[in-house]
Amino acid sequence: MSDNNKGLRQRLRNMGWSAIVLLFAAGVVFWGGFNWALEATNTERFCISCHEMEVNVFKEYRNTIHYQNRTGVRATCPDCHVPKEWGPKMIRKIKASREVYGKIMGTIDTPEKFAAERQRLAENEWRRMKANNSQECRNCHNYEYFDYSVQGRRSNQMHQAGLAAGQTCIDCHKGIAHSLPPVAQDIGAGRDAVAPDVFHPPQPAQSQ
Amino acid sequence: MNKKTRNFALALLAVLGLSAALPASAQTVTSIRGADVSAPELPAGAYKPIPDQAPIQRDYVQQPPLIPHKVEGYEVSKNFNRCMDCHAWSRYQETGATKVSLTHFKDRDGGELSNISPRRYFCMQCHVPQMDAKPLVGNKFQRAEGLR
Repeated sequence: MSDNNKGLRQRLRNMGWSAIVLLFAAGVVFWGGFNWALEATNTERFCISCHEMEVNVFKEYRNTIHYQNRTGVRATCPDCHVPKEWGPKMIRKIKASREVYGKIMGTIDTPEKFAAERQRLAENEWRRMKANNSQECRNCHNYEYFDYSVQGRRSNQMHQAGLAAGQTCIDCHKGIAHSLPPVAQDIGAGRDAVAPDVFHPPQPAQSQ
Repeated sequence: MNKKTRNFALALLAVLGLSAALPASAQTVTSIRGADVSAPELPAGAYKPIPDQAPIQRDYVQQPPLIPHKVEGYEVSKNFNRCMDCHAWSRYQETGATKVSLTHFKDRDGGELSNISPRRYFCMQCHVPQMDAKPLVGNKFQRAEGLR
């Protein structure tokens, strides 16, 4: 073992700078390849290469302002569903391997199955965004930069009141890019639905 | 010629006369799209939803009030009613919205319900967003006396 080590070290010393340069280059190639593969899974095209995404959530998203708007700025799937920072992105990507399992098992491979699972899936995403203070929203919509004078009457009031009370974007803005699961509103027949306190989380000031 | 035959002949004459006169009169009717019924409809005006503003007053008593804000992208489906998320009695105080009127709580047999009747579920069947749209045809319509 020590002989081997000595040999390796000696050989390295013999090779000297060229070895360092070679290792560095290998590192660059490896890291570049890793990043390239990661980014390849971070595109809309990759997301909707699964029909589960294309025929359900993608179709709904195409009717919303984040897809179609007058200035042509678009927020695609990863802009909202994958964190931009390296650490949280890795964690999300590793968790997403669960979705590969779902794909193989066909958990949501028909619209009916998807509808049955929508509430669970939506609540997962709401919980994630609540936990990181709606970071993906704020990557573009930084509320510290809001100009309330050009906001509408309703958004002006609600934003200031809500943010002052410590609420975060997702507390109110649910279902802005996709259709909602059934939400309990006490209208019509009773049904399996998102509970009111999940849909409108109590304000932090009140819950304390 | 007895009475019956004469009446019949007269009726026949009247029908013939009418059928001759009618197509001529139909062609003189001018609708908003012009005289020809098969003419293509005029292009819709470039109506743009106007941002939040004071509600336009009602013109007659039973008129569903107009929506004084944008409703673009609002989901009103079996799963969720975006309007009721603010205008429901359980929500209006927090959101500062107008609460829905009691007339919406009646079912079709006149029974009172504790919340919106399913037949009033789709708000935008009656309530529409305000637009800066001028009347297509000039008219002398006057706002109901009690609302002036």
